[in-house]
Amino acid sequence: MKLLALDTATEACSCALLCDETQFERSVMTTRHHAELILPMIDEMMQQANLRPQQLDAVVMGCGPGSFTGLRIACGVAQGIAFAAEVPIIPISSLAALAQAAYRDKGMTHVLAAIDARMGEVYWGEYILGENKLMQLCGEEIVCPPESVKLLENSAAYGVGSGWMAYNTVLLKALGTVTAISVETETTYPQASAMLPLAAAAFEQGLAVSPELALPIYLRNKVVHGS
Amino acid sequence: MRVLGIETSCDETGVAVYDLEQGLLGHCLYSQVELHAQYGGVVPELASRDHIRKILPLVREVLTTTATTPQQLDGIAYTAGPGLVGALLVGAAVGRSLAWSYDVPAIGVHHLEGHLLAAMLEDPAPKFPFLSLLVSGGHTQLIKVLGLGQYQILGESVDDAAGEAFDKTAKLLGLGYPGGAVLANLATHGDPKRFTFPRPMVNRQGLDFSFSGLKTQVMTTWKAQASQDEQTRADVARAFEDAVVDTLVIKCRRALQQTHLTRLVIAGGVGANQRLRQQLSALANSLKVKVFYPRPEFCTDNGAMIAYAGCCRLAAGERASLGFNATPRWALHNLQIPRTATK
Repeated sequence: MKLLALDTATEACSCALLCDETQFERSVMTTRHHAELILPMIDEMMQQANLRPQQLDAVVMGCGPGSFTGLRIACGVAQGIAFAAEVPIIPISSLAALAQAAYRDKGMTHVLAAIDARMGEVYWGEYILGENKLMQLCGEEIVCPPESVKLLENSAAYGVGSGWMAYNTVLLKALGTVTAISVETETTYPQASAMLPLAAAAFEQGLAVSPELALPIYLRNKVVHGS
Repeated sequence: MRVLGIETSCDETGVAVYDLEQGLLGHCLYSQVELHAQYGGVVPELASRDHIRKILPLVREVLTTTATTPQQLDGIAYTAGPGLVGALLVGAAVGRSLAWSYDVPAIGVHHLEGHLLAAMLEDPAPKFPFLSLLVSGGHTQLIKVLGLGQYQILGESVDDAAGEAFDKTAKLLGLGYPGGAVLANLATHGDPKRFTFPRPMVNRQGLDFSFSGLKTQVMTTWKAQASQDEQTRADVARAFEDAVVDTLVIKCRRALQQTHLTRLVIAGGVGANQRLRQQLSALANSLKVKVFYPRPEFCTDNGAMIAYAGCCRLAAGERASLGFNATPRWALHNLQIPRTATK
């Protein structure tokens, strides 16, 4: 299976390539240069793998939640490549990518992924390890004030993501003391490489969609004042 | 050379295919105007969200209707600025990635260069050099156009653009948003003699415009009316339109006389205004110059003008880098003349 993944939802700008047994990746941190960086990164990685877009099986896109503009950069690039290569897109949540990376890198099996949503809110998703070493969502992903997050699974959990940097104390207080929660500071931003195993499974389950149907998941939909 | 053009700088998603030998092969447009009307103005975040939903279906539609295969595409052009940064980035991301995947060159087009050259899509097309009157919701400029990328701004609005004045005046007359075209339609039923508004800045030297004071004059007059009936509304609209059109025509006359140019080319959304077209045609007759108008759908934002301008620059050997970007503020006179291709 050959999958190209990209994510520009947060301050991280990353891409990864699954080329049968081999994996490649690129990742940089940037505040607002994702548009300038992402295609050169993809181009260099594809050249290293000696692969053309038309040889891909699908494009994997970090669909959010995250920065609105960032989500559309990833979506626009994924749509352009997938359309031209005549392959489908597999949208993967940036919170799922955080959770999967926490399992891959630290063996964490219960992850509370939080991305700083600004305006006093977090994007929030609770994940536990499911079948085939893949992290699975409990309930649904939401955007909410850090004071209102709730725990759905009762086992020791790890907090990952930029939301924990911004609202560590408030989040811990909201979740209470029944369950032990440790905050993991190394897995801060979603990475395209962590989307690959989730995407490969989704692809085999037939969850890839036509490029024009792959759209950002903003979660925050109230964007006009007073509406 | 065949080029796909993508326009997403504001609230219209436009896609077109232009062929250097065969001309414009096809274009399609999705307007978000109804989406923004309820907010009384364009909401940038909503515009960006709509562009990303519509852009690929439009690309697919235009490639299908023009029977263009990927192998026939020699380049992709997208609007790189000026405009709403989030909206521009959608077109740039899709356009630049399509080009990378098809392994063809890409070009980021200046939106106003697209407008300036839109009349080139018509038959007969104007030849360089010409005087361009660019009148839209964002710009009112008189430009001496010597060639591709050679633009000399002779005069421009110091405050509101002409189209902006139309929309704002429509709003205060209770015609909704964007009401410029509604106002123009209403003005056709108005009595041109009942009210008279001043022609701003015509007594001053130079070719600059100012329209914000006119809007205030309209408001004062409108509020002073004991009976704000339909006829009064139409009469005020007529007087406003006459003042704007007259001002534009007077400055065009002055610019043509100063530059000795023999061709006048209209560009931008207000260029679709019928009274402006009549008056400019009369001016052109009296000065023995030729006047060129894009069809109304190419006066407003569209993909065809981007495909055309992009095709010209690609044919001249210009190339966008692989990293893309949007330039929300980008002065027209900062554009470069493309060097002829070396390879």
